[in-house]
Amino acid sequence: MPRPMTITEKILAAHAGLDEVEPGQLITCKLDIVLANDVTAPIAIREFRRTGATKVWDKDRVVLVPDHYAPNKDIKSAEQAKVMRDFAREQSISHYYEIGCMGVEHALLPEQGVVVPGDVIIGADSHTCTYGALGAFSTGVGSTDAAAGMAIGEAWFKVPASIKFVVNGEFGPWVSGKDLILHIIGLIGVDGALYQAMEFTGSTFDRMGMDDRMTVCNMAIEAGAKSGIIAVDDITRTYLTGRAERPWVEYHSDPEAHYPRVIEIDAGVLKPTVSFPHLPSNTRLAEDSRDVTIDQVVIGSCTNGRLEDLRIAAEVLKGRKAHDHVRLIVIPATQEIYRAAMAEGLFDIFLDANAAISTPTCGPCLGGHMGILAAGERAVATTNRNFVGRMGDPTSEVYLSSPAVAAASAVAGHIALPDDL
Amino acid sequence: MKFQGAAHKYGRDIDTDVIIPARYLNTSIPEELAKHCMEDLDPEFVKKVQPGDILVAEENFGCGSSREHAPISIKAAGVSVVIAKSYARIFYRNAINTGLPIMESAEAVAGISNGDKVEVDADTGLIMNLTTGATYQAQPFPPFIKEIIEKGGLIEMVKDKLAAQSS
Repeated sequence: MPRPMTITEKILAAHAGLDEVEPGQLITCKLDIVLANDVTAPIAIREFRRTGATKVWDKDRVVLVPDHYAPNKDIKSAEQAKVMRDFAREQSISHYYEIGCMGVEHALLPEQGVVVPGDVIIGADSHTCTYGALGAFSTGVGSTDAAAGMAIGEAWFKVPASIKFVVNGEFGPWVSGKDLILHIIGLIGVDGALYQAMEFTGSTFDRMGMDDRMTVCNMAIEAGAKSGIIAVDDITRTYLTGRAERPWVEYHSDPEAHYPRVIEIDAGVLKPTVSFPHLPSNTRLAEDSRDVTIDQVVIGSCTNGRLEDLRIAAEVLKGRKAHDHVRLIVIPATQEIYRAAMAEGLFDIFLDANAAISTPTCGPCLGGHMGILAAGERAVATTNRNFVGRMGDPTSEVYLSSPAVAAASAVAGHIALPDDL
Repeated sequence: MKFQGAAHKYGRDIDTDVIIPARYLNTSIPEELAKHCMEDLDPEFVKKVQPGDILVAEENFGCGSSREHAPISIKAAGVSVVIAKSYARIFYRNAINTGLPIMESAEAVAGISNGDKVEVDADTGLIMNLTTGATYQAQPFPPFIKEIIEKGGLIEMVKDKLAAQSS
């Protein structure tokens, strides 16, 4: 019998061809998916060429998505996107998503069934940890790791210890997965889970949809974690049915598995939470933040640009208008979400609220394009980072929140709760 | 290999957005990226830094995005080695993979002030503060990481692996 293991240790052991692994062990794993985008792929392709490889290890397992500066915002970014597009054609990459088919990568891959439970996935984007919501081991790496993965289909890992978050109880009104993860980051800090995996479990997840689960795992990196993970249950299986393009393997932590740290959270006492500049860990309750006046609201990104997020924003915005001093930008994360939101009538609500609706892009989240802040301006955003200069001028400020708080703030002109309106 | 230069010291949680702001990620040319290194934290950095200088920081250096542009811009700006109390894990991998020497030593960081002359022996991990005369021993790298560094980066290892597969 192998030693009792966590879900993360089991997935890594299986991909390393070992019966068991333990935290701290250095292993080489077979990869299921290697991902890169228009910012990270050009360097990865340059490094891939240096390996001497002429073909990627598997043309169906390399995924390339132009989403950061796409649709191309200027000549330089157009050249970057072209490097990736030319490579995708040369290598007959089956998962290359052109403008019109693309989406924000971490919303797109699960939606299209490209990533499945039990996978080991590396992506040259730090928010690759999102796919842990499907019960996969998924982690962000740099371009050179992605290049090596593209060439040989393997990567080295130090097996992480796991912190177990046991979340029980029901969310109160207007509380979501975003508030939970912001609360957790506030609790443990931006390096609170450094080099470790964050395993989320507890009764709260029995009622949490996939969109919200992805929000939780998406921000594991904001606590310094290597990965975040939620084991497969019926909610995951329902999501995967008719979507997964490969068979999947379900792993579960052994009851006797070892966790250096277990943190219990009562979901019932959580309140809508906001991260103040300039760290995601700088959290305060939204109800204590009403004095922060704002210039812009962004609802979108790999964190909160999915259909359920847009539904919540629309519920708050219905029959209301954005404040005269607030620019409201809504960015559905994929074409499919875009179409569904339109079909459900959400676009009418957003347009009536004077929102600008954008084609899918990472755009403003990283200060790329489509909503850059001027000096001293403030934004409430459903995105994931509020570092200095993240959305524009180094003196601008980003306040991270849920879609509900972002929508309410857009109407109020300052940080607000839906019930304030 | 030994490096010698002046220390440029910064605080904790230095994120990759201030190391190289995303507005410059529409290029991957090292010299272009070097022009904007640390810009949003210290606009004077690229003017002050001399070839061989040493970047010193507190905990969690390089947190945030996975952009390899961060270690590339630091290296291209002339920095020879980074000394920090700890590193965010993606930055750590990226530095190893791209050949930017990094050292982990809480004692050295505590004992080095901005502007101090510092010498680092990357092979032994010995850090000398030439201004104060104090010496520090950095955390040793695990053997596997050492192998990557000695090979000259991850790509060289992959080359060997591909060569072994085809022979």
